[in-house]
Amino acid sequence: MNKILLIIKREYLSRVKKKSFIIMTILGPILMAGIMVVPIWLSMHKSEIQNIEVIDDSGLIKDLIPAKDIIHFDYPPVTLDEATAHFYDTHYDGILWIPKNIFQDGKVVKIFYKKQLGIGTEEYIGTTIGKMMYDIILAKNKVDLNVIKDAETNSQFKVITEMLEETGKTKKTNTGLFMAIGLAGGILIYMFVFLYGVQVMRGVMEEKTSRIVEVILSSVKPFQLMMGKIIGVAFVGLTQFLLWVILTTSLYSLASATVLKDIDIKQIQQKEQVIKVGADLKYTEMKKIEKPNMVTEIWNDFKSVDMLTIFFSFLFYFLAGYLMYSALFAAVGSAVDSEADTQQFMMPITIPLILSFVVAQTIIENPESQMAFWFSIIPLTSPIVMMVRLPFGVPAWELALSMSLLVLGFIFTTWLAARIYRTGILMYGKKVTWRELGKWLFYKG
Amino acid sequence: MNILSANNIVKRYASHTALNDVSIDIPRESVFGLLGPNGAGKTSFIRIINQITGPDSGELFFEGEKLEQKHVELIGYLPEERGLYKKMAVGEQALYLAQLKGMSSIDARKKLKYWFEKFEIAAWWNKKVEELSKGMQQKVQFIVTVLHEPKLLILDEPFSGFDPINANIIKNEILHLKKQGSTILFSTHNMGSVEELCDNIALIHKSKKILDGSVKDIRKQYKTNTYELEFTGNMMGFTNAMWTGAELLEHTTDGEQNKARVRLLGKTTSNDLLQAIIPVAQIQMFKEIVPSMNDIFIKVVGDESALGTQSNFTE
Repeated sequence: MNKILLIIKREYLSRVKKKSFIIMTILGPILMAGIMVVPIWLSMHKSEIQNIEVIDDSGLIKDLIPAKDIIHFDYPPVTLDEATAHFYDTHYDGILWIPKNIFQDGKVVKIFYKKQLGIGTEEYIGTTIGKMMYDIILAKNKVDLNVIKDAETNSQFKVITEMLEETGKTKKTNTGLFMAIGLAGGILIYMFVFLYGVQVMRGVMEEKTSRIVEVILSSVKPFQLMMGKIIGVAFVGLTQFLLWVILTTSLYSLASATVLKDIDIKQIQQKEQVIKVGADLKYTEMKKIEKPNMVTEIWNDFKSVDMLTIFFSFLFYFLAGYLMYSALFAAVGSAVDSEADTQQFMMPITIPLILSFVVAQTIIENPESQMAFWFSIIPLTSPIVMMVRLPFGVPAWELALSMSLLVLGFIFTTWLAARIYRTGILMYGKKVTWRELGKWLFYKG
Repeated sequence: MNILSANNIVKRYASHTALNDVSIDIPRESVFGLLGPNGAGKTSFIRIINQITGPDSGELFFEGEKLEQKHVELIGYLPEERGLYKKMAVGEQALYLAQLKGMSSIDARKKLKYWFEKFEIAAWWNKKVEELSKGMQQKVQFIVTVLHEPKLLILDEPFSGFDPINANIIKNEILHLKKQGSTILFSTHNMGSVEELCDNIALIHKSKKILDGSVKDIRKQYKTNTYELEFTGNMMGFTNAMWTGAELLEHTTDGEQNKARVRLLGKTTSNDLLQAIIPVAQIQMFKEIVPSMNDIFIKVVGDESALGTQSNFTE
C-alpha cells in the first residue's frame, strides 16, 4: 500500500511540475475568462463613427433613417453626380443612394464607399429601409400603422415551463439552461477522459519503451504500478480542473473590477427598440420597450436546478468514467511498442466515447426517451449521457442503477486491463494482434 | 545453505516453453553464473526469481522460506535491457527507486550520497537522465540496484554498455559485495568474466538446464587429458617414446625446439608420459590443458544442438 502511494506521488508530481501543465493551467483560465470578458468589452468599445450621406431621389425617406450607435446619416442637398465627384473631398465614409423609382427599378439602393463599411452597416441600412418601405406601402393602402405596431408588440409571448409534481407542487424550469448545464458537464467529462486517458497511455508506453518497467516490477506488482499511475493522473486532472475553476473566477472578478468597472450591467442587456410612427409617416414618436434583465432571469432559474445533486453526480461520473476508460488506455499503452501502433486498439475505446458525445446532442432534445434511458445506464456511455440528462431531473433509481453499473464497469475494465498490462508491459518487438491480447487474458500471473 | 532454491520450474507461453523442469540451487555468499545462448530461458528464469512473472509449476525458496512478495526487498535486480525515466532528475529518480525497494527516504538519501561520491557522479544529482551519457546512466542503475544492500543481487549482462574502465569498477564492486556477504547471480555471454568471477554456474539451453556445478569441478570434468610440452630433442625419438601411451595431436618444430600437444590414452598418467620421454628430450615446459568455460560452453551447447537436430530428424 505504501508503495502504491509512492507511485501515485511520483506520477502526480512529475506531471504537475511539467512546464506544459503549468502553461495549460494558466492559459486555460485566461482563455475562458477571455471568452467571457472580450465580447462584453468589445460591445462596449465603440469603433469609429461612420458618416454616410444620403442622396434621396425618391423623396420618401425624408431625413428619417434613425442613426444607430456608430452610423450617422446626413442629408446634404446635392445630386448623386455632385456627391460622387466630390466624394474624396468630403469626410463621408459612404454615399447611400435611393433611386427615384425605388419600388420599380429592381428594388435596389446603392452604397458607395471608400473603405469597406462592414456587413453590420449594410444589413442595418437594408433592414431599416425595408421596414420604412413596408410602412409606406401599408400607409398608401390606408392601413392604420399603429394598429399593426401594437399588434406586433402585444403578440409576443414567452413560454414558461413548469414541472407539475405528483404532490401538486410546481417547479419552474428553464430548458435552455438545463441544456447548457448538461452539455457543459458532458463536454467536461468527455475532455477529461480523453486528455488524461491518453496521458495514462503515454505514461505506460514511456515506462515500457525506456525499459524502466522491469526494474520497477522487481519491486512492485504490475497492478500496483498501473493503478498508481491511473490514480496519480486522476489527481493531476482534478488539480487542473480545480485550478481552472479558481483562476477563472478570480480572473473574471478581477476583470469585472477593473476593465469592466465602468460598464453598467444594464448596458449589456439586450434592448429592443420598437419604432412607432405616426400616420403621416413622421418617425417622431419613438418608444423604447426594454426586455427584462437577462442576467437576473438566468440567475433566478439557476435556483430551480438541483445544483448539489448535479455537482456530486458530476464528480462521481467525472472520476468513475475516467477510471474505467483510463484502465483501458493503460492496457493499450502496455500492448504496443510505439505510438503509431496504438491506432488499432484505440478505436474500440474511442468509439463509445464519441458515440456518447454524439448521442448526447440528440438526447438533449428529448431527455426522457428510451434511447436516453439506455445510454445513461450502460457504463461505457453513461458518464457523458447521464450528465446531460441530470439537470432535467432523473429518477433516483435510474441514477443509482447507472452509478452502480458504472462502478461494476470500472472494476471489470480494470481487471481486464490488468491482465493485458502485466503481460504486455514485458513484451517487446512483437506486433500484437487482437487474438494475442485475448490469449494474454488467460496467462497465469 | 542455499540462498535460493528453484525446484522443477516450468514456464510456458502460448507458442513455446521457456523453462522446462529447471532446478537450480544458488549457494549463499557466492557468485553464480547463469549461462546459455540467446533465447535459452535465462531472462524468464530471472523474472520468475524477481516475481515479475510466476512459474506455471515448480517452487522457489528464499533462504528456506517459500518465495513471497516481501522478499523483493532482499533482492536487487539489474535487467539486461535497462532504462530510467528520461525526464526525471537523477537524484530524485534514484530516491524513488530506492523507496520502492522499501528504504526510508532519509536512509536512501544518505546511502545515495555515499555511492554517488564513490562513483564520482555527485554533480549529476539534479541533472535530467536524458542529459547523461549511457555509461553514466549505467552507473546510476548499478547504484540503484545495490543501494538497499540486497542479500541476492541479480545482474543480467552487467557489463554490456560499459567501457573497460567502468566494467572493471563494476567487477571489483561485485567481488567487494560478495565479500560483504551478498550472493550474486549473474547471467552473461562473456565466458572470460565467468572464469574470473563465478564460483558456480548453471547452463540453460533450449529451456532445459544441461549443466551445473562449481566452475572448478566442471572444468575438471571436461578435461580431455591433453598436455602441452616444449622440449629440445629429436621429434622422431619423442613420438617413438610415447608409443601407445599417448596420441600426438599437433606439433611444431623450429630447429631443435619442439612444441607438441598430446592426449594421454588408456590408463597412462602424466608421470608415465614424462618417464617415457625424459630419456629422449630436454623438457622445458609441461602443462595440462584445462578447457576454458568458453570451450565447454561451445562444446555442450553444440553437442546438444546436434542431438536436437538429430532427434528432430528421426521423428
